[in-house]
Amino acid sequence: MLDVLFYVFSAITLVTALLMVLSPNAVNGALCMILSFVGTAALFVLLEAYFIAVLQVLVYAGAVMVLFLFIIMLLNVEKGEGGGYLKDRISLAASIVGFALLAVLVAAAFGGGSHLPEPGLSAVVDNPVGANGGFEFSTAMKSFGYSLFSKYMLPFQVAGFLLLAGMIGVIVVSKKPDLGTDDDAPTEGQAPEPSNS
Amino acid sequence: MTVGINAFLLVAGWLFAIGLLGVLLRKNTLVIYMSLELMLNAVNLALVAFSRYNNTMDGNLFVFFIITVAAAEVAVGLAIIVALYRRRQTVLVNELNSLSR
Repeated sequence: MLDVLFYVFSAITLVTALLMVLSPNAVNGALCMILSFVGTAALFVLLEAYFIAVLQVLVYAGAVMVLFLFIIMLLNVEKGEGGGYLKDRISLAASIVGFALLAVLVAAAFGGGSHLPEPGLSAVVDNPVGANGGFEFSTAMKSFGYSLFSKYMLPFQVAGFLLLAGMIGVIVVSKKPDLGTDDDAPTEGQAPEPSNS
Repeated sequence: MTVGINAFLLVAGWLFAIGLLGVLLRKNTLVIYMSLELMLNAVNLALVAFSRYNNTMDGNLFVFFIITVAAAEVAVGLAIIVALYRRRQTVLVNELNSLSR
């Protein structure tokens, strides 16, 4: 049963990802991308990484793709150009050959006839305790907490600082360039407000 | 589940290849950016598969940090694209060629 689910969700993920890449309309592409992210979240559930699956749906399929859709509709770049692919022959050939090479390489490495070791699935620890508690794979939320606040303390702090830096960076970048300078020198065509107080 | 780690890595590798195809083939900067997100997502899938089959928690923590960084990256990148559009009135990569003229 789980095997069938794996094949179904991998097919959904791959097909919608390919549709996203090939669809000429960017809005359709973004909606296909949401489906692809949800399919990946289902694969995470099959791997018993429930917290990561929830994060995937919340952050990627929710926040990130909503931001993408908002920007696509804000910029409205579909001004009648056909297809949306690069048209010169070298770019076309390079992209198709690169894709085919990578796909064939991956299929040869991990496909049916590969000789790579296939480790079996070990049982999932429900309640991580003991000397190794929290560092073996477990579905419990507290093993995330154990790892985040002991082994990965420095990356955790750096990630928080990175989010702060990203927030300030977005504000600085997306500010209109001539907005902060017209306090004392009003530009032309923009009459100073009459002060009636 | 009898599906092994190689099947998951196969799916992740093909997802990465599809993202690479999108980066190389499309000319809309927003679609290129979405393809980059797809490649990040493929790496996430591979990391979670390794984490599950090796019975360690580290892969999941890596994915946690990757999702954090990707969210910040998307916010900054889209702000840059909007600033670019405001300046040049286009986001198509074949029209953003003022360095090669």
